[in-house]
Amino acid sequence: MRAMTQALRILLAALREIFDESAYARFLDRTQMKSSPAAYAAFWRERDSGSKPRPRCC
Amino acid sequence: MNKPLSVLIWSIVASVGAIAVAVVAIRRGEPINALWLVVAATCCYALGYRFYSKFIASKILALDAMRATPAERLENGRDFLVTNKWVVFGHHFAAIAGPGPLVGPVLAAQFGYLPGTLWVLAGAVFAGCVQDFVILLFSVRRDGKSLTEMAKEEIGRVGGIVAYTAVIAILVILLAVAALIVVNALKDSPWGTFTIAMTIPIAFLMGLYLRRIRPGKVLEVSVMGFVLVLLAIWGGQWISQNPALASVFTLNAQSLALLIIGYGFAASALPVWLLLAPRDYLSTFVKLGTIGLLAVGIVALHPTLHMPALTRFVDGTGPVFAGKIFPFAFITIACGAISGFHSLISSGTTPKLIARETETRMVGYGAMMAESAVAIMAITAACVLQPGIYFAINSPAGVVGATAAKATETISNWGFPVVPADMQSLAHAVGEQTLFNRTGGAPAFAVGMAHIFSQSLGGETVMALWYHFAVMFEALFILTILDAGTRVARFMIQDALGHIYKPLGRTSWYPSILATSALIVAAWGFFLWQGVRDPLGGINSLWPLFGIANQLLATVALCVATTIIIKLHRAKYALVSLVPLAWLVAVTFTASWHKVLDSNPRVGFLAQARALANGLATPATARLVFNNRLDAVVTVILVVMVALVLLESARQWIAILTGGEAAAVKEAPFVRTRFAEEGA
Repeated sequence: MRAMTQALRILLAALREIFDESAYARFLDRTQMKSSPAAYAAFWRERDSGSKPRPRCC
Repeated sequence: MNKPLSVLIWSIVASVGAIAVAVVAIRRGEPINALWLVVAATCCYALGYRFYSKFIASKILALDAMRATPAERLENGRDFLVTNKWVVFGHHFAAIAGPGPLVGPVLAAQFGYLPGTLWVLAGAVFAGCVQDFVILLFSVRRDGKSLTEMAKEEIGRVGGIVAYTAVIAILVILLAVAALIVVNALKDSPWGTFTIAMTIPIAFLMGLYLRRIRPGKVLEVSVMGFVLVLLAIWGGQWISQNPALASVFTLNAQSLALLIIGYGFAASALPVWLLLAPRDYLSTFVKLGTIGLLAVGIVALHPTLHMPALTRFVDGTGPVFAGKIFPFAFITIACGAISGFHSLISSGTTPKLIARETETRMVGYGAMMAESAVAIMAITAACVLQPGIYFAINSPAGVVGATAAKATETISNWGFPVVPADMQSLAHAVGEQTLFNRTGGAPAFAVGMAHIFSQSLGGETVMALWYHFAVMFEALFILTILDAGTRVARFMIQDALGHIYKPLGRTSWYPSILATSALIVAAWGFFLWQGVRDPLGGINSLWPLFGIANQLLATVALCVATTIIIKLHRAKYALVSLVPLAWLVAVTFTASWHKVLDSNPRVGFLAQARALANGLATPATARLVFNNRLDAVVTVILVVMVALVLLESARQWIAILTGGEAAAVKEAPFVRTRFAEEGA
């Protein structure tokens, strides 16, 4: 049961990473902001201004 | 586990694997069960991972668990971040798994199930996984540097410039091919077109919801988006049955191409949160779920493969694309066996997340094995169809004939019986007007997938829903590539133009955004337009061009890998990357030779240009002649550039091995990991 819970926790963490939820949480943590439309807009501004956008493979 | 038990277990795995591969390879004349493919693949991957990747990890790369990775040393909470290995695995797999491993194997199934299966298994274990693993580790040891930066530092300036140009060229051709596959899947299909059109407002809605209502709750909104997409699939059936609405969504190839070109421009120029990111989330959500479902479906249903092991088309006369099994099977299937594009991901975001060097084996080698398994599923989906039906769907009208009677007669005469009534009832079952000449691989994959799903979930009555779910799944995949690829190419062009005129390099300056978006969309739009007007279906010329470009990038990646291995004084093990490199050079250079100079007009670009010029003059003749000559020039430029990298690399290898040049690698200095103290 514990192993299953652990596996589900890792799966959820992977999904949160793939879907950028973790990145947003880290952004909030780093900038000491609370989640809000303004904070999410700032998060996307920062991601979009990065010089290396994430490629997606064929 | 004690040693005798381990030896026993691995001996059993090896024996079962050998038997399964032998059955797949030797059985002739009667259909085989798809489970043989599954067992062969599982055993090959298990053996490859346990023994070959371990050999590479310990003897060549000397993975060091004590060495701090850039994620630890440069951790900034943004790009560099120590991350759980399974999370990185999922992240990496989600980035490398696109439509390539689904479409390539479906097209190559014209040779039979055997060539594709063997290439996918051997190519992945000995080449693709090795490339992804080695490049990932080398990037980790260089602070997460990109392939182009590593090529510049380790091979020289020529390597860097060629890698950069190859990436742009591949992106342009990839985007054109991807768009062409969507066009071919959606043309004259009101159901499919409606469903895909609906994903745009759904993505907008998701973007606005994420931005205004529940900031950052992506999983939540992805579930919501998925439910809306399912409703759009269901609604598409109603649209297709309503004559007035159906006519609005029944579009020909040219109209769809123009709409997709416009969409690509909008996706590149609009703010990323509004369209690109929500669609990416939606696509990833659908992708991971569907791949898992398909794997379960194949294992649970274990369907019979009706396609023979080898077809008569190994001689190069195939209707899906022209060219002999060597080299064309090996450039048609890229992503499931080896794909140069993966080296960009392995030297992109992934190396910045790796917590310990030892995890690169699981992420680099392991994720590519998972991708290869997706290709095996695609081969299964294509080969469960009756061969006559497979060829009727995938053959262009220019090859088999424009009418149902003519097409079925041609295909039946090849020894693959099919009658118009079969095709009509199948089209009816999946809710389409016709399934003839639906080239590009996506519709055949969708029919195969619907066949597998409908037999295990819902029966024949829901086959149309499964078919359109599969089309939506592929189109969503591909449109995400269009969005992200156009934007990545735009950033790369802006980066280069910024050296000429600084404001052009600013990614937030709108004149630059619009100009570079237009440039990149015009580039792939040109090839797309060429594809939709091509009487041979477009895929015949564009997919090999994409395969050549992609494998040439893999050649550059393997040149970088071999150079670094030699510089690490492990030349005696350099065959690990040299053998796949030599194979790819043989494949890509031979394919390029054929595509440019072959005297068969169906194969050679120049021969086709000559045939068109000497044939009946139509308003399109001049353009088709020009297009073929342009394709030939693009191929020659790519090959010459990669030959330069190869020569430059070989010069370095000889200089180092003869002592003429010092073997100095440009790794980041060793720093002991803090996890050593923490006992992690």
